[in-house]
Amino acid sequence: MADLVNILAVDDGVSLMQRLLFGGTPGLWLGLAWDIVLIFCVFVPLISLFAMIAIWGERRVAGRMQCRPGPNRVGPFGLLQSLADGMKLVMKEDLCPASADALLFRLAPYLSFVPVFAAFLALPFGPDWTFEPRLSSGLFWLLAILSLEVMGVILAGWASNNKWAIYGAMREACQMVSYEIPLGIAIIIAVMAAGTLNLVELGYMQSGGIHTWLVFRNPFIFLAFFLYFVASLASNKRAPFDLPESESELVAGFHTEYSGMRFAIFFFAEYAGMLVVGAIQAALFLGGWNDPFGLIGYFHHKFSMDGNQIGLVAVNAAASAIFLLKASSIVLVQMWLRWTLPRPRIDQVLYVCVKVLMPLACATLLGGAIWPLIVPEYRGRPWVDFNPWSFAQWQAGHAVGALATQCVLALIGVAMVGSLAAWIVYSWLNRNTVVARLSEAEPIGQEAANKP
Amino acid sequence: MSFLLANSSSDLAGTALFYVFAVVATCSALGVVISRNIVRTAVCLLLSLLGVAGLYMSLHAEFLAAVQLVVYAGGTLVLIIFGIMLTHNPNLKPFPAKPLEVILALGLSLAMASALIMAILRSGMGNRAPGELPPYPIQSLGEALLGDYLVPFEIISVLLLAVMIGAAYLAKARRKQEGRP
Repeated sequence: MADLVNILAVDDGVSLMQRLLFGGTPGLWLGLAWDIVLIFCVFVPLISLFAMIAIWGERRVAGRMQCRPGPNRVGPFGLLQSLADGMKLVMKEDLCPASADALLFRLAPYLSFVPVFAAFLALPFGPDWTFEPRLSSGLFWLLAILSLEVMGVILAGWASNNKWAIYGAMREACQMVSYEIPLGIAIIIAVMAAGTLNLVELGYMQSGGIHTWLVFRNPFIFLAFFLYFVASLASNKRAPFDLPESESELVAGFHTEYSGMRFAIFFFAEYAGMLVVGAIQAALFLGGWNDPFGLIGYFHHKFSMDGNQIGLVAVNAAASAIFLLKASSIVLVQMWLRWTLPRPRIDQVLYVCVKVLMPLACATLLGGAIWPLIVPEYRGRPWVDFNPWSFAQWQAGHAVGALATQCVLALIGVAMVGSLAAWIVYSWLNRNTVVARLSEAEPIGQEAANKP
Repeated sequence: MSFLLANSSSDLAGTALFYVFAVVATCSALGVVISRNIVRTAVCLLLSLLGVAGLYMSLHAEFLAAVQLVVYAGGTLVLIIFGIMLTHNPNLKPFPAKPLEVILALGLSLAMASALIMAILRSGMGNRAPGELPPYPIQSLGEALLGDYLVPFEIISVLLLAVMIGAAYLAKARRKQEGRP
């Protein structure tokens, strides 16, 4: 138990990844074997498990949106549906068209999954629970690795030797290359205020409660938050920007020819990618692993000072739960949009990028650069350098204007999320007045025969 | 679980990773030259760039690795493949090399390779451990770009802007000739 605490808590500035992977196993070959076991038996299944839950969640959300139950037969609430689908996919024949480029056709799904998998390296799950916290340009590194995902899709489309597939691949290439620009600019706006690209540093900066989260730092970052969300939908080929797939016109787009597990790997990549872009958004704008009251930051600072290892592990566990909750909420919004909005044409998609998002992003960038010159900010790390909840300290730091802006923006944000939550609670309370088939499964087989 | 804590084989694992990345980079670089299919060549180039990026990562130069991935793998290579897909023609004429050309190419590349190897051996790079990086290399990079080297940086950005406007103008002019809106 004490050993476990030692591994999970911070010690001498060695990263969690290093402690887990290179943590010193006897001998090189045993060490490498341990790493391979760890990667293939823990990390890959964890990401796949998330993808499975997300696919189930997406189908349930879709069901609710379209007034039908969604998968609810396999296991409690249909939770095992993804597992059943997985079994089916494993047993399908692994087809490769005769005229396809077999090598590239088989390689493409892995090329689209590996970058998403590598992106998890830099995600800050907690103050001390990041696989590699020393990435001083972690955010840039994440963008770089995510830009590789497009290669898998383009190759899949090209190697299939199928007209629908190549149309899908061309659309993906157009879309990806153009939407990376507003995506990058939206990130720069927030990074300019933060002054760091290290995701762990970003987490520490926002640890003073909801008013220190970057999204509420100034009005331009608040706008950039939405710009990033739209651009991340497009770069992750999620609806309404799912032109590379568009099943109504291109059969299934770039993965038309894929079957069985190779088909499934594309979906794992897509859902893991949704979590990654959601996690970047949570880490950059929404305060990362911090709760709205700054308790995580306070207790982390306190326990680090006291050297309380068990307390640190508990804080880190709570922090990871909060971080994953934030990321999954963003994923839920992505799903919700998919079943709400129609799909535009490809020229409309590019029009939105070049003529709407890009000028908007540039104007926001300019505003974000000028804002700190007008309203001076409090420099320093909450809890370590100052108490973020003490008005006197903000006054002493000549940052009352910044505090006022942050509080107003935070109130607007809370009001937005709160009204959404109130709406959901209201419709949940009135669920019995809606058609009964929303809550009950349709009788099938013998049940239906027995029903009078 | 205590065997996980001893921090002994970290360097060994680092060495193993170096060999993995080096083999990936070299083998796929060979593939770039040997493969006859142009898309496969591009994929080999991608793997080779990834291998070199991995080497940068293992030297803790993750900014360089990220730039390598963004500029070459994510940007240039996607454009190359895009171009290949747009212009792909399976009935390309083969281009057989004459014996004299083969001998000339072999001689030139051997001379080049031996010069490079000699230079590397003489520089004594192999015996030196990678130096410790400053704590915020990206910060000093930004300060250099917007401080000491501001003028060249701005000139390059103006040049890029001119290229972009020129490309847009040319594309528009051609469209008008074809009589489409």
